[in-house]
Amino acid sequence: MVKGLFEGVPRRGLALLALLLAALLAAPWLANDYLLTVLIIILYFAYTGQAWNVMMGFAGQLSLGHALYVGLGAYATAALYVHFGIGPWLGLPAAIAIAVAAGAVIGFLAFRFGVGGVYFAILTIAFAEFARIGFDHFRWVGGSSGFFLPVANYTRNDLWNLRGNPTMFYYVMLALTVAAFVLCRVLLRSRVGYYWQAIREDETAARSLGIDTFRYKMYAVVISAGMTAVAGVFFAFYYNNLFPEQVFHISRSIELILGPIIGGIGTLFGPIIGAFLLTGMSELMQELLALLGLDAPGAKQVFYGVCLLVVVLALPDGIWPWLARKLGVTERRS
Amino acid sequence: MAATIYLNVAVSGVLTGLVYGLMALGLSVIFGVVRVVNFAHGEMMTIAMYLAIVLFAGFGLDPLVMLVPIAGVLFALGYVMQAGLINPFINRPEHSQFILLVAVALIIVNVLLIVFGPDARNVQTSYSFDSFLVGPLIVDATKVYAGAASLLVAGALFVFFRFASIGKAIRACADNYTGALVVGLDVKRLYALTFGIGAACVGAAGAMLVLLFDVTPALGPALTLLAFIIVITGGLGSMPGALIGGVLIGLTEAMAGLLFTPSAKSMFSFGLLVLVLLFRPQGILGKRLSW
Amino acid sequence: MTALLAIEAVSKRFRGLVAVDKVSFRVDEGAIFAVIGPNGAGKTTLFNVIAGMFAPDEGAIAFAGERIDGLKPDEICRRGIGRTFQLVRPFPALSVEDNVVVGALLHRHDPAAARLRAHEVLRRLDLFGKRHQAASALTLPDRKRLEVARALATDPKLLLLDEVMAGLRPAETDRMVSILTALNRETGLTILLIEHVMRAVMALAARVLVLHHGAAIAEGSPAAVVREPAVVQSYLGAEAVD
Repeated sequence: MVKGLFEGVPRRGLALLALLLAALLAAPWLANDYLLTVLIIILYFAYTGQAWNVMMGFAGQLSLGHALYVGLGAYATAALYVHFGIGPWLGLPAAIAIAVAAGAVIGFLAFRFGVGGVYFAILTIAFAEFARIGFDHFRWVGGSSGFFLPVANYTRNDLWNLRGNPTMFYYVMLALTVAAFVLCRVLLRSRVGYYWQAIREDETAARSLGIDTFRYKMYAVVISAGMTAVAGVFFAFYYNNLFPEQVFHISRSIELILGPIIGGIGTLFGPIIGAFLLTGMSELMQELLALLGLDAPGAKQVFYGVCLLVVVLALPDGIWPWLARKLGVTERRS
Repeated sequence: MAATIYLNVAVSGVLTGLVYGLMALGLSVIFGVVRVVNFAHGEMMTIAMYLAIVLFAGFGLDPLVMLVPIAGVLFALGYVMQAGLINPFINRPEHSQFILLVAVALIIVNVLLIVFGPDARNVQTSYSFDSFLVGPLIVDATKVYAGAASLLVAGALFVFFRFASIGKAIRACADNYTGALVVGLDVKRLYALTFGIGAACVGAAGAMLVLLFDVTPALGPALTLLAFIIVITGGLGSMPGALIGGVLIGLTEAMAGLLFTPSAKSMFSFGLLVLVLLFRPQGILGKRLSW
Repeated sequence: MTALLAIEAVSKRFRGLVAVDKVSFRVDEGAIFAVIGPNGAGKTTLFNVIAGMFAPDEGAIAFAGERIDGLKPDEICRRGIGRTFQLVRPFPALSVEDNVVVGALLHRHDPAAARLRAHEVLRRLDLFGKRHQAASALTLPDRKRLEVARALATDPKLLLLDEVMAGLRPAETDRMVSILTALNRETGLTILLIEHVMRAVMALAARVLVLHHGAAIAEGSPAAVVREPAVVQSYLGAEAVD
């Protein structure tokens, strides 16, 4: 199985991959605190981008409400921790279950009633907005005033309760990102992966080949939702505060799709490259603005918008396929 | 006594709804002809609103008087957007176009944020607090003017599409792209014109809405969503549907705001959207483009 | 010879237009059966009804003794009926090989086994050399063969071919005919085809059904059908008869 994981990848690609992994593993020793937090954000977006990519890049279903799953995962584990003292790892199954249920509802409603394409995207937005407003009134988890996880001064890292210094969070996020990457690689090469791609390319033709498209689209939605919920758990325990206005906001949903779109929808490296480029460059830009003494709230978002525009116009497949060609490590694009 | 409160709120909702309807009309026209889902619709409306504010604050020009110029500016913006950005995208997959407009929306919202800041702005005219008394009803003057203007603009649009030769040409493109090409219509130019017209609707609606509500950059996405809800409820591609949908949503929001908490009103709109998407995706007035 | 496919008085209407009008026929196992007729005769609609895209308004369709009318397209494929589309629908971003693997995965859940089957099918359809090309890069004749290969990979007992010769030059038509004949001869695959290219119909089909305005106007061996006055008048024209 492990051998199968690397089948078809050119030597050069494996070498680059190993190099990247080594650099990421060593990062906490080489980077300062600020850089480490940036790297955490990059990995967070690489992870969520990968999860979103399963639905969009593999199965062709455009979701613009993925913040819903982040929020559900975050609130679920936060509530279990604050109200019942249940740690995040134990709370994880609950978080995933809730997100999966939500995804299943959305998927079922959409696919059973033939809602696709842009209408499906609007449906996902509606559900996320529904949650945003709903959670504002949800007193048990703080409502609009916010929900807070207790932060005490921990002398040592508590992995079980995810309390600790940035380095611990960094490695947790790195592990999650690597796991997501491996999972996606496995899925892509499996029967499910082939069927997803067939559905994405031409659903009618896929059905004529015996594929139960409803079922496989549901798999995509549900797996994507479950994966995203895990990011929500991380979110809750890293930031320690949750506000429905922020967590479920459409900006969050759009933020997390930028990476995979710019990096390359449907590829394995797209979300990762996209996250690095986007977050890396926006941090640089903010440094630049600060140096110049300019304070422009919203400049980062304008930058994101422009990047998106440029990529959609000039490199519609994303940056990774182009970059891979240049490096000579093309993956067989899904 | 209670009945008059409901009636007042209802009338107010209907009038506001007409303005929403005009905004949605623009979206419907764009989608009906160019088949592009304008995700930056609400953001374009906020541009119009800020423009009205600048003209009022800087030169004392009343938004209703500036209705046509503001619509004109938005027309130009829409035309340029279609001609420059979207026309090359006609044959790309649907989600590509959508994301293009998501990017434009993102840029617009944040540029407005940088230029105007996050604080709410509005326009207070000499008649902002006037009202008409019709029997037991007390109706805001601004709402009456806005509602009436919306109907006028919608009417003008209807006449244009029915009787003007360019209007008919645009309808031809909507019905049959290839056919239109074959008979020699400059489809790309007509698309740009149509997007311009849709944007002009939004411009007019924005000039009116600024009299009724405060504007912040964040209003853009909220309006886009509202426009979608209206258009899908009324029927994507149906002009009368957009107006009816607008009135319906205006009414629902007003009544929900009265009967429940104000924030719950959006939930009703979303609930309605979900129901429509599931059970009658072609909306109340059907899916064929009806003029 | 047992009838693999039995169409009994099948009708399909579209809002007042009768597209298929009480059509009945049987296709024997191992046979090659052609449906011909002028444009608008209802041939593709008939196919779409058999393949599950629409349910018939009247009549019954039986496959291997079991009723299949009203089943969904994916269920129909799982029962053993494969189909191609008149306007080919390859999976453009996937390679030729992967296109066929998708088909093969129906009965072979392991991708490696599916790939082996895909190679077999690709060889038969003369596409093995191009298996790593993207489907979008293929010429029309290659795409037609890919369409057939993909459907074949699902191990159908009956293959529905919708105008698979359309747009092909005579040499390519002959190539496709020989592939199909070999397939039928060596594996016993039953083939039901819609065709306009009479050259292919005469070469392939043992039995022909002629449709006109949705109704069957003639059925029999190609040589016999081609001479029937009704067929000549409505479709072929006198010159077509040798």
